[in-house]
Amino acid sequence: MVDLLKWIGLPPFIAEALSPIIQVALLVGFVLVSAIYFIWLERKVAGRIQDRLGPTRVGGKFGWLQTIADGIKLLVKEDLIPADADHMLFRLGPYIAFCGSFGAFIALPFADGWAARVLSISVFFMLAVMSSEVFGIILAGYGSGSKWALFGGMREAAQMVSYEVPMAVCVLVPVIVAGSMDLNYIANQQNGGFWNWYLFHDPFTFGAFWTYFTCATASCKRAPFDLAEAESELVAGFHTEYSGLRWSFFFMAEYASMFAVSGIATLLFLGGWNTGLTPALSHVFSHPLESGFDIGALFGNLINVAVFIVKSWLLVFVMMWVRWTLPRLRIDQVMMTCLKYLLPISCVLLLGVSVWQVLVPTALEVWVRVIFAAACLLIVLWTGFKIVSTPSMLPTPSVPAFAAAAKRDQ
Amino acid sequence: MDLTTFLFYVLAALTGFSAIGVVVTQNIVRAAAWLLFALAGTAGIFFLLGADFVGATQLLVYVGGTLVLVVFGVMLTAQGPFINLRISAIEWAVAAGVGLVLFGVLAVAVWPATTPVYWTDKDAHRDLASSAILGESLLGIEKATPWWRARHYSDPAPRPGSRERKDITALSVNGIDRPRTRVAYLLPFEIVSVHLLVVLIGAAYLARAKRRRTDVEQLS
Repeated sequence: MVDLLKWIGLPPFIAEALSPIIQVALLVGFVLVSAIYFIWLERKVAGRIQDRLGPTRVGGKFGWLQTIADGIKLLVKEDLIPADADHMLFRLGPYIAFCGSFGAFIALPFADGWAARVLSISVFFMLAVMSSEVFGIILAGYGSGSKWALFGGMREAAQMVSYEVPMAVCVLVPVIVAGSMDLNYIANQQNGGFWNWYLFHDPFTFGAFWTYFTCATASCKRAPFDLAEAESELVAGFHTEYSGLRWSFFFMAEYASMFAVSGIATLLFLGGWNTGLTPALSHVFSHPLESGFDIGALFGNLINVAVFIVKSWLLVFVMMWVRWTLPRLRIDQVMMTCLKYLLPISCVLLLGVSVWQVLVPTALEVWVRVIFAAACLLIVLWTGFKIVSTPSMLPTPSVPAFAAAAKRDQ
Repeated sequence: MDLTTFLFYVLAALTGFSAIGVVVTQNIVRAAAWLLFALAGTAGIFFLLGADFVGATQLLVYVGGTLVLVVFGVMLTAQGPFINLRISAIEWAVAAGVGLVLFGVLAVAVWPATTPVYWTDKDAHRDLASSAILGESLLGIEKATPWWRARHYSDPAPRPGSRERKDITALSVNGIDRPRTRVAYLLPFEIVSVHLLVVLIGAAYLARAKRRRTDVEQLS
């Protein structure tokens, strides 16, 4: 970013002062636009999975502007604080939750070297900053002065804190393969063909991807781990007493952290910004000008940013798909899943990948990767083919009402 | 005043005022909230000094672990007398005295380190692989032990304020050969971890739910 500003012609001092401001503005803008898109996408996905259409009225046939309408409604709602609430803590909760989610984006690289701050420990930094989100939940739950909020907040905090442990252990698995905690470096190790992705590197990283994704879904409080929003049990958990803009802060925090954990999963397992079919694009298009600034690399990196965003959005879509498909777990099932299943599984994966790194010879490793990647590609293509080619059928005549209707329509 | 100094003043003010808030506030859960800002401010100072790993560990362990534990304990056990802490004047006086004495001790210990370490070279800041240095220190790899730490026990104690940075591979200082020892922090680190585990188990045992004999006898 500093190089780009200098190339435009700004003096170095102004370029260096302006660059972090521009980076933060871009990140904030991206997170907010992403949240708006996700809210619309969630309602459409929910609708389609439940065999209905979702929003179709506001903004044309697809309801594009529904989120804007929701936002306007939330802004003009009455700002209500219950009489029993602790005013300072009630107001503080949403901001801490949002800062905890958003602060992680500082270290998230969108393309080679394109992070607000390239840290050598970026994945550790992201996990550490996202762990402070729990405190916003606790303050919200306690400060609301309502027993539903307190129970929901406590359960939610216990869930989030517990799932951080297997999540961190699963993150360690590709870190061991790469030898660095720098997300930029890890993604650069996966450039080239998609068989270089750590997802296919060995069976243990493959397992680590699914385990990480489950833990990430739980730590974002998404279904099937969404006791915070369990209307049937707790009214609305820790955000029962929140309405209007304060409530929307919690949901922006949730969508921001969904994108952040999906971004980490993409960078660690799915090759990050690499297309998987071409060599590193910033090198392919490299075209340094006389002033030394590489405009081809800029173009390549812009394509990489788009690829990264699409991959992360795909993972967020999977989270939404799972939400509207699976039923909700009870709190004891949630804790049992974490402590009795996911934690031992992730420890076994950690041990396995360490042994793999030490014992397996390089030639065998390359074969394993290529065969694994080819097998997964074939499965994906076959699944896609079956989905597309299976004809959608009308209800069968074995159901009497439909049989009568079919006979009548003939 | 450059950006680093300005940011330091901001973070120090945040940490200091939050720490004052912890002491002054009368609601115990609000004290925990102020403590959150004090710990986050400390993590910010670590990041400002370029110690990314230590700052992230501070956030993960203190804010995400210790503070959550404290708040759970405080919130779920806060009975009537503890929600509003009312402190008498004598307690204020004693606390102020102890605080001043502690501040004096810390100031005297820190003052001689007169050379501030500022990372003015941006690339050096970016390449600071703090986790690698910490790992090497834990394992006692020779290059990682700074020369002023690796000393023979018969060497004279250094004068306060004489901490100059010399090349750490120098084997002789002032013409005298200095035998180098390796400091491995791994064993003390593990001992402290086991100690913490013992403390946790002890606390859990002490806080276990005790069966109340009288209720059982009344029922039968």
